[in-house]
Amino acid sequence: MSKDYTIEELKDLATQCRRDALRMVHAVSSGHPGGSLGCADLFVALYFKVMKHDSSFNMDGKNEDMFFLSNGHIAPIWYSVLARSGYFEVSELATLRKINSRLQGHPATEEGLPGIRVASGSLGQGLSVASGVAQSKKLNGDDRNIFVLMGDGEIQEGQVWEAAMYAAHYKLDNLIGMIDVNGRQIDGDVEDVLSLGDLRAKWEAFGWDVMEADGNDMEKIVNQLEEARSNTGKGKPVMMLVKTEMGQGVDYMMGTHKWHGNAPNDEQLEDALGQLSSSLADY
Amino acid sequence: MKKFEVLGNKDTRSGFGDGLTELGKKNPNVVALCADLTGSLKMGDFKNENPDRFYQTGIAEANMIGLAAGMAIGGKIPFTGTFANFSTGRVYDQIRQSVAYSEKNVKICASHAGLTLGEDGATHQILEDIGMMKMLPHMTVINPCDYNQTKAATIAIAEHEGPVYLRFGRPKMPIFIPEDQEFVIGKALMLNEGTDVTIVATGHLVWEAVQAGEMLAEKGISAEIINIHTIKPLDEEAILKSVAKTGCIVTAEEHQMNGGLGESVAQCLVKNKPVPQEFVAVKDTFGESGTPAQLMEKYGLTKTDIVSAVEKVISRK
Repeated sequence: MSKDYTIEELKDLATQCRRDALRMVHAVSSGHPGGSLGCADLFVALYFKVMKHDSSFNMDGKNEDMFFLSNGHIAPIWYSVLARSGYFEVSELATLRKINSRLQGHPATEEGLPGIRVASGSLGQGLSVASGVAQSKKLNGDDRNIFVLMGDGEIQEGQVWEAAMYAAHYKLDNLIGMIDVNGRQIDGDVEDVLSLGDLRAKWEAFGWDVMEADGNDMEKIVNQLEEARSNTGKGKPVMMLVKTEMGQGVDYMMGTHKWHGNAPNDEQLEDALGQLSSSLADY
Repeated sequence: MKKFEVLGNKDTRSGFGDGLTELGKKNPNVVALCADLTGSLKMGDFKNENPDRFYQTGIAEANMIGLAAGMAIGGKIPFTGTFANFSTGRVYDQIRQSVAYSEKNVKICASHAGLTLGEDGATHQILEDIGMMKMLPHMTVINPCDYNQTKAATIAIAEHEGPVYLRFGRPKMPIFIPEDQEFVIGKALMLNEGTDVTIVATGHLVWEAVQAGEMLAEKGISAEIINIHTIKPLDEEAILKSVAKTGCIVTAEEHQMNGGLGESVAQCLVKNKPVPQEFVAVKDTFGESGTPAQLMEKYGLTKTDIVSAVEKVISRK
């Protein structure tokens, strides 16, 4: 990005993107606000500070850092961040999940929305795709990085561990995986649904360089993403276990899994927006 | 009946392997992935000549499909190789979301399709793959009939932008398509012109259809034999033109009747000009262990079965 944003500016952007995500899902009474709010800071840090990327959008992302969203249901926050970083007009955010929209319920490429390179939503596929892109970057002699985000519940999918083995075997040290560790999934707490055990030990045993990160502290997550990047190029893929709070920024959405896939009603939206004041304008 | 010269005896998977090797020499963007079946898929020469463009994925087909989609994003032309069963049913959702819906330029290359896999039995004898793949929007589905056609198809799909399912098999089969026969995706190949019945065949059943044509000629029946190597998109024009002349059709394939070539042909006829049709295909059963020849006979996929189907369909005109 050309502009060098301050941490305060990034926080303000994250607040605005949270407002966008809430207004988008409220307008269609469907969508996934919980994880969107939890990951807002991470997305803003990536797109406004850490990644070198071109909002005129090239599918092959040559000589750019590239981001892949495996847990596609948190599309609202991705769309907001893409629009606000110049991939398309922010006014288009109002079309989320509506007929004839480029902003599908889950990210897709068929409608040609700039910024999306592969469909996601059926879980567990993103790490494989990102590994393929990382492999092609190596083949092309392109030394930029691939970032891919997964949900913590998502890694219950077996395909994730196939990709984990592959990336370590092929020394994809240009790949930075991120797991949104919010501890919640549709049916309840991850620990109760199907516990993940010792995540750090699991990924280390699979041959990854593992670090923990604070997904809801802008200054820390910016520094930790840079630290992750500095850990690339050392023969191992890098995995960031990013601790977030589902629903972060809206009190009644935090501390529960109930806002994973439910949109707020009129009153709830008003309450939520009252908790999120931004200096930027709504779409 | 036109006489077909047998030019040799080879497996269609070797046509794939040799086509891939040729692509390796002339197209630097072609990469290959294989899930622990390099020898069975005949990918060894490509691997040896292009070690930096060959990716062994281990027994992890779902990941292989995702990797291929990612490599396509990076501008490569990935060819994945494993058995047809593990190329389709096992990874259907991965193909659906990451390849077909995402319109990625991935070539899913599948060997050991159908009953002719033989002794390994029904766990590996997939007979539903054409159906699964043809139902996916954006997917092209090709089932070549001999070594030469498989090699030509392999080379042709690298030039085609978009996802392709290429299906071939294990056993050695007579080679009867000339080496210099042009392969055009979506274009039927007229093998023998006739007037009494149209026989449309794909894959290993094309050779059976040719032999059936000779048996029918001896009985005074003139069969028009068309090789449909591309099940999707289907060359409807060639089929309709032929049935306008013959008034009836037999479809032949090493696949379930449900979801196969015959079903696509029936849909075409019903939409345009219904004529009697008989299906030489597997009729809603799984296969079993046995030699390829025993299985083809037991499940009704031989030249004799095609002849019987022709006699029946002519009687229904």
